[in-house]
Amino acid sequence: MNKELKILGIVAAFTLVLYWGVEPFAHSQMHKHVEGHNFVYDGTADIEEASKDKKEAKKKFWSEVKEIAKLKGDPVAGEATFAMCAGCHMDGATNMGGVTPPSLDHAGAIYDKNFLIALIKDPAMATNVDHKYPNGTMSHPMGSITTMVNTPQDIANVVAYLKAKKAGEVTPKEAFKEACGRCHANRYGKLTQLGEIPKTKSNIKTGQDIDRMKYDQKVATEQNALADYLGKLPPDLSIIYRARSEHFLETLVENPQSQLPGTAMPRTGLNKEGYEKVVEYLAETGDPSAPARAMAGPWVLGFFLLFTILAYLWKQSQWRDLH
Amino acid sequence: MSSRRDFMGMALGGFTALGGIGALMAMKKTWDPLPSVKAAGFTTIDLKDAQENVLVTEKWRGKPIFVLKQSKEMVEKAKKSDELKRLINIGDEYYMVAVGLCTHLGCIPGYDSSKQGFLCACHGGQYDGTAMVTKAPPPRGLDIPPFKIDGTKLVLGEEGPEYKKMLADGTTMKV
Amino acid sequence: MAHFEKAKSLNEWLDQRIGINTLKKVMQSEYWIPKNINFLWAMGMVLAATFGILLVSGIFLLMYYNPSTDLAFDSVNYTIMTEVGYGWLWRHIHGVGASLVFLIIYIHMFTGIYYGSYKKGRELIWISGMLLFVLFSAEAFSGYMLPWGQMSYWAGMVITNLFSGGSLHADGLVEWIRGDYVPAQAFLSRFFMLHVLLMPLAIIGAIVFHFGTLRLPHVNNQDGKEIDFEESARLWKEGTTESRRKSEVIPFSPVFLSKDVFVMGVYFILFFYLVFYHFEFAMDPVNFDPANGLKTPTHIYPEWYFLWSYEILRPFPTDPGLVAFAIAQVIFFTLPFLDMSPNVAPANKRGAFHIWFWLMLIDMLVLTFMGKLPPEGIWSTIGLVAAITFFVLWISLPIITKLEKKL
Ligand code: HEM
Ligand code: FES
Repeated sequence: MNKELKILGIVAAFTLVLYWGVEPFAHSQMHKHVEGHNFVYDGTADIEEASKDKKEAKKKFWSEVKEIAKLKGDPVAGEATFAMCAGCHMDGATNMGGVTPPSLDHAGAIYDKNFLIALIKDPAMATNVDHKYPNGTMSHPMGSITTMVNTPQDIANVVAYLKAKKAGEVTPKEAFKEACGRCHANRYGKLTQLGEIPKTKSNIKTGQDIDRMKYDQKVATEQNALADYLGKLPPDLSIIYRARSEHFLETLVENPQSQLPGTAMPRTGLNKEGYEKVVEYLAETGDPSAPARAMAGPWVLGFFLLFTILAYLWKQSQWRDLH
Repeated sequence: MSSRRDFMGMALGGFTALGGIGALMAMKKTWDPLPSVKAAGFTTIDLKDAQENVLVTEKWRGKPIFVLKQSKEMVEKAKKSDELKRLINIGDEYYMVAVGLCTHLGCIPGYDSSKQGFLCACHGGQYDGTAMVTKAPPPRGLDIPPFKIDGTKLVLGEEGPEYKKMLADGTTMKV
Repeated sequence: MAHFEKAKSLNEWLDQRIGINTLKKVMQSEYWIPKNINFLWAMGMVLAATFGILLVSGIFLLMYYNPSTDLAFDSVNYTIMTEVGYGWLWRHIHGVGASLVFLIIYIHMFTGIYYGSYKKGRELIWISGMLLFVLFSAEAFSGYMLPWGQMSYWAGMVITNLFSGGSLHADGLVEWIRGDYVPAQAFLSRFFMLHVLLMPLAIIGAIVFHFGTLRLPHVNNQDGKEIDFEESARLWKEGTTESRRKSEVIPFSPVFLSKDVFVMGVYFILFFYLVFYHFEFAMDPVNFDPANGLKTPTHIYPEWYFLWSYEILRPFPTDPGLVAFAIAQVIFFTLPFLDMSPNVAPANKRGAFHIWFWLMLIDMLVLTFMGKLPPEGIWSTIGLVAAITFFVLWISLPIITKLEKKL
C-alpha cells in the first residue's frame, strides 16, 4: 500500500511537471506580457510607445484632454452641439470613408469620459491610429469633427450630454454591436457588419432566396469597403472568446497597438462596464455551454466519487484474504 | 465466496447501471431535433393572391403545404358533404390548407383541377377538394397544420383558436 | 450435425453453442494474474476504457460533424457546441480523452520499460503495444484535422510535408497524400475517413492482438519473478483460505478486476474534473481560428504528446532532422532487441539500466518542453542537446545491458 502511494506520488509529480511545462510555462514564454491599465485613458501607453518625433505632440494632446475633463459640461448646450454628430451617427447610417458610423445610443454608458473628450478633439490620436493618417486627422473618416466641435467647452458639453442622456441600460449584445459590430461580424450571434441578419424566405419553386442574396451582397460591399480601409477584413468574433485569453482581449481593447503593433484597429475607448458587457456577449456566442457545465459538473463528479468508494469497498472485499 | 463479496460487486454494478441511465438520457437529448430546426417550424403564408381551384404549394418544416382556394361550387359541395369544417374561413372566402403528404404512407398526392380532387399515385388513394379522403387506403383526410389567422395571412406552426377547434372536434390530428 | 441435449439453463444453452464456460475460464476466472503487482498494471484496462469513451463520444460527435472545408469549423464550434443537446459534453470528453489516452499510454509504456516487461517471451506484447502507439498517433493526428481550424490546417501542411523526404523532393508523394497541392477538401475527406473508420478498425484489431499476446506469457510482476503458474493456479483452485494465501496468482475476474475498476474510478474522477473544469489544456486556442491558407499562426506546435519527437526534428538541418525524426518514431519498437541483458527485473535492481531509465524519461520530458517553446536562443540549444542525448542513450543501451550482471 505504502509502496503504491509512493509510485503514485512519482507518477503524479512527473505528470504535473509535464503539465506545467507544456501549458503555463510554455504560454508564458510564447506571449508577450502587456500591462493592463484598468480602462483609464490618459495616454500613458500612447506616449510611451510613440516614436520620438511624435512623443511631444501626444504629451500635449493628452494633457489638453485632461484640462477639458476638468471643465463642467452643460448637457443642454451639449444637446444642441450633438446635432453635428447626429448628422452621421444616425439610424440607418451607411458607410462613410470605409466604416459605418456607429450608433451612439449608449455611448455615455459604455465609453470612458476622457476617451470621448479625446475622440472629439482628435479622433486619430484618441484611437491611437494616427500613424495611419500621415496627412493629418482631416483624412480620418471622422476628421471633420475637429472643425465642427473644437472649443474645449463645446467638447465638454457634448460629452456631458452623452453621459447624461445616452447612458441607459445596455444589453451585452447592444454593447457589442455599438462598440465592435461595425467592423467585426459575429455569425454565431447572427450579426454581420450591418447588424442583425434579416429573416428571409426562398422561392419554393426555385429554391432561391433573392432577398438573402441582396442582403449578402450588401454585406459583401460593406466588408470590401472595410477591408480597403483597414488593410484587411477584421475577423469574425463568434468564438474569439476561446481563441484568445481574457488578458489578451482586455489589453487589446484598451489599446490595440499594445498587442498588435501597427494594427489598423482603433481603440474603442470602452470603460470597464462597457468592456464587461462586450465580453459577456463574446462568452455567450463563444462559450455557450458554461451554464450547462456548471450544472452537470457536480453531479458527474459526485457520481464518480461514489463509484470509486464502492469500487474500493468491492476491491477490499475481494482482496481481504489474499495475503 | 462469501455473500458480502457478492453484495459489494452487485452494489457497484447497480450504481454503474444508474450512471449508464444518466448517460443514456444525455444521448437521447443529443438525438433530439436541434433548437434551430424547431424554431424554423414557423412559416407565414399569404392567402391574398390565391386563385380559385388553383393548387399552391408552400413549405413548412420541410413538408409540402397545399393551399387551395375554394370556388363557390366547391364550397357548396363541401357544405353538402358536411366538410366545411375542414376549410379555413377568412372574410367571404374558404381555403383548404393541409399538409401535402398522403396519410397512408406519405407520398405527395397530385391535384386534378378538372375533377377537383387529389390522386395519390403510390397506392391509389383519393381525396376531394377539401382534402377529405374519398378512396382508401389512406385512413383519413390530409392533416391540417397548426395555424393562426393573421389578417389574410396564416402563421403555420402557431395554434390559433380556429385550429384548436379543429383539433377538438377531430377534424384533424396533431402533426 | 453434432448432438445437443436440451439445455436446462441459459448458461448451459450458451455453453453448448459457443462454449461460454470455457470462454469465461480463459478470459476471466482462470486468466491468472500475479498477486505481486501494483496499480500501474491497471493502466492497460484504463486505456481500454478510455478508448471506449473516445469511441462513444466520437459516435455522438459524428452525428452533426460535417466533413466539408466550408462547414466543418462551424459544424463543430457552432452546431455541436451550441445547438446539439450535450454536444459540448461529447466534444470536451473527446478532446480530454484524446489527451489523457496519451498520458496513460506513456505511463503504461514506461511501466513496461521499468519492469522489463518486454522481453523473454513478452516481445510481441511490446511490439503490438508500440503498434497501438503508432495507430493512436495516426488517429489523434487525423482527428486534429477535423475541426479545420488554423492548427488543423497548418499541422496538416507541416506534417504531410515531412513525407517529401527533405532533399528527396518527393512532392508527388505529398500531393498524393493530400489529394491536392495544399490541404483542402480531398485532404479533409480522406482524413475524416481515416479518423472515423480505418484507424479505429485497425486500433480495435491491434487491441485484440495486444490482448492475445498477453495470454501465454502472462503479465510480469513487480519483482520480475518467474512464477509457476500451474502450481499457483492449482493452489488457488483448491479454494481454501490457506491455499489461496500460498498461491502467487489471482484470477483476472473478479479479483484483479475489482482493483482495475477501483483504479479506473480514481482515473475517472480526474478525467471528468478535467472535462468540466479544465478542458482548455486539451483544446488549443489557436484552433478556434478558422483555417486560413494565407496566414500561418505565430506559434505552431503539435499537441503535447508529439512534442518530444517534433523537437528531435527541429534542431537539425532538414535532412538529418527527418532521419532523426523517423528513427525516433520507430526506435521504441526495437527495445526488446537492444536490451541485451538476460534479467527481467525492475530497473532499480539493474545498475546502469536504472540510470538509463531515468535519463530517458527526463530527456523526453525536456524534449517535450522544448518542443513547445519558440525555437530561439537557449531553448534551441537545450533542444539540440536533449535530441543528441536521446540518440546517445539508445546507442549506449546494448552496451550497458550487455555488461549487466546476471541477477
Ligand atoms: C490503447 C492502447 C493500449 C491498450 C488498450 C493496452 C492494453 C493493455 C492491457 C489491458 C494490458 C494488461 C494489463 C497491464 O499490464 O496493464 C497491457 C499490457 C502491456 N502493454 Fe499495453 N495497451 C495499450 C498500449 C500499449 C503500448 C503503447 C505499449 C508499449 C509500447 C504497451 C505495452 C504493454 C506491455 C509491455 C504490457 C505487459 C505488461 C506486463 O507484462 O507487465 N501497451 N496492455
Ligand atoms: S401513400 Fe398515398 S396511397 Fe399510399
